[in-house]
Amino acid sequence: MLEIHGRAVKYGDDVNTDVIIPGKYLTSTDPKELAEHAMEGLDPSFTEKVKDMNIIVAGRNFGCGSSREQAPLALKYSGVKCILAENFARIFFRNAINISLPVLESKGISENVDERDELRVNLSAGVVENLSKKEVLQVTPLPDFLLEILDQGLIEYVKHRRTS
Amino acid sequence: MNIIEKILAKASGKKVVHPGEIVEAEIDKAMANDITAPLAVLSFKRMDGKNVWDKEKVILVIDHIAPASSEQSAKMHKLMRDFVEEQSIKYFYDVGRGGVCHQVMVEKHVEPGDVIVGADSHTTTYGALGAFSTGIGSTEMASVWLTGKLWFKIPEAINIIFNGEMTKSVYPKDLILYTIGQLGADGAIYKGVKFSGDTIRNMGVEGRLTLCNMVVEMGGKNGIIEPDEKVYNYLNKQAKDDLRDDEDSEYDKTFEYDASKLEPMVACPSTVDNVKSVSEVEGVKIDQALIGSCTNGRLSDLRIAAEILKNRKVKKGVRALVIPASQDVFKAALNEHLMEIFIDAGVMICNPNCGPCYGGHLGLLAEGEVCISSSNRNFVGRMGSPKADIYLASPATVATSAITGKITQPA
Ligand code: SF4
Repeated sequence: MLEIHGRAVKYGDDVNTDVIIPGKYLTSTDPKELAEHAMEGLDPSFTEKVKDMNIIVAGRNFGCGSSREQAPLALKYSGVKCILAENFARIFFRNAINISLPVLESKGISENVDERDELRVNLSAGVVENLSKKEVLQVTPLPDFLLEILDQGLIEYVKHRRTS
Repeated sequence: MNIIEKILAKASGKKVVHPGEIVEAEIDKAMANDITAPLAVLSFKRMDGKNVWDKEKVILVIDHIAPASSEQSAKMHKLMRDFVEEQSIKYFYDVGRGGVCHQVMVEKHVEPGDVIVGADSHTTTYGALGAFSTGIGSTEMASVWLTGKLWFKIPEAINIIFNGEMTKSVYPKDLILYTIGQLGADGAIYKGVKFSGDTIRNMGVEGRLTLCNMVVEMGGKNGIIEPDEKVYNYLNKQAKDDLRDDEDSEYDKTFEYDASKLEPMVACPSTVDNVKSVSEVEGVKIDQALIGSCTNGRLSDLRIAAEILKNRKVKKGVRALVIPASQDVFKAALNEHLMEIFIDAGVMICNPNCGPCYGGHLGLLAEGEVCISSSNRNFVGRMGSPKADIYLASPATVATSAITGKITQPA
């Protein structure tokens, strides 16, 4: 999980949790059901696109809005492998890590990546290689304890911490 | 240290903390609602959770879809009730017992100096009472239920100063909309946001709640106002801790605004930072006017709306909704005969709950419709159809617009 390989699907600034998963679907706790409606408010063709473009590249403030964990869950179960954005809304950022969906703050990512570009992301080093453009971008790596939570998921992480 | 650092230092057993430092803080109260608690319960079980860390500190509220509007939401509520029963949770606000989670917290639970997490982004509201409070997700809430602790990065903070007297048609909602318009939807991302200045000191507690409520709309981690006599009177409590900035406390940035120069503001579709003065959009036709939510569904808001609607009628073709934020607010409004005014004006009064604010139920919009609302978000699809438009404004602007049928500046 430390290295991720895929193609970019691009979005702009301020992608909010209401367009990632509209309020009317929040009565479901089934991630697969949520995934069917991922990004419905912004891009109805998302669930198709994500089949071969599974790294989201976005602008500023990705995931702003509500605290709904259903938002990163919907993205994860729709097939998203990683999200690279200039920065993230803090609750979304924490939620994503907690459910093991890699998110990296990546300054300059929007300018340096086009849709469909092939990317290789190294999470612990904070390196994004754009294989299509033969460029390497240094981004903010996650601190070790977050990498650990990301790796195990918060559920397992808490379980282990309590029993060890 | 500033007030945020003081509260987090104390909660994590440290003498001093600095921005950027990661601490583990003891949680005083943890709130979840019917959209976030069910997922948290599932995560709690998957963590092999047996008992919550403190059954008096876990607070659960059914508010987003209250009462249940579908079999599916009824199932979510049942899951919560079973958990409450199994865990002997002391504070559970079921249908008919509480209201919108943040209003219930303010009425019954928040104390100055508390560290409070809520599985809802508008948990920032309680900073108006001098608490450090912020939103988290469901799985994180489950970990708090188990351990009573959570990690925080000490935030850099910004200080927003308002001086000057607001003119008659300007309200706290206009101040916060103006601020969000200035700073942008990510203008305070990760940061603590303090409000100060004489406008804030002169403002009632309920107006301050409106300010801190919407801090998250510019990315803020928490909102905070140093608690004063007004706050302690509102809560009927005595001051305990020293909850003021030290002389040498630092702010990353300071913004200073003159409240006397502001006009009534409105956030236009479909981002909260798309803020204009009401005069710029005056005349936009509306189909629905909503007064309610954790931002502006309190008694003071209903009083303002009632004063405007008294002996007037909602324009034919417009639906106006009033949703008191809690049972207590509802009762107080009844006692003051505000509800009669609304009924006579042709307003539909709904039971305390979130209602259409986040698109759950009770007053959703069809394609092409326009709503002016006292709530806090106008995102695409927030209130039903993704092709409906939502404008956010003060209760005064909403009530005035309900009468004319188009966006109208209050007198
Ligand atoms: S009133 Fe609206 S913003 Fe407030 S808690 Fe309910 S849904 Fe969220």
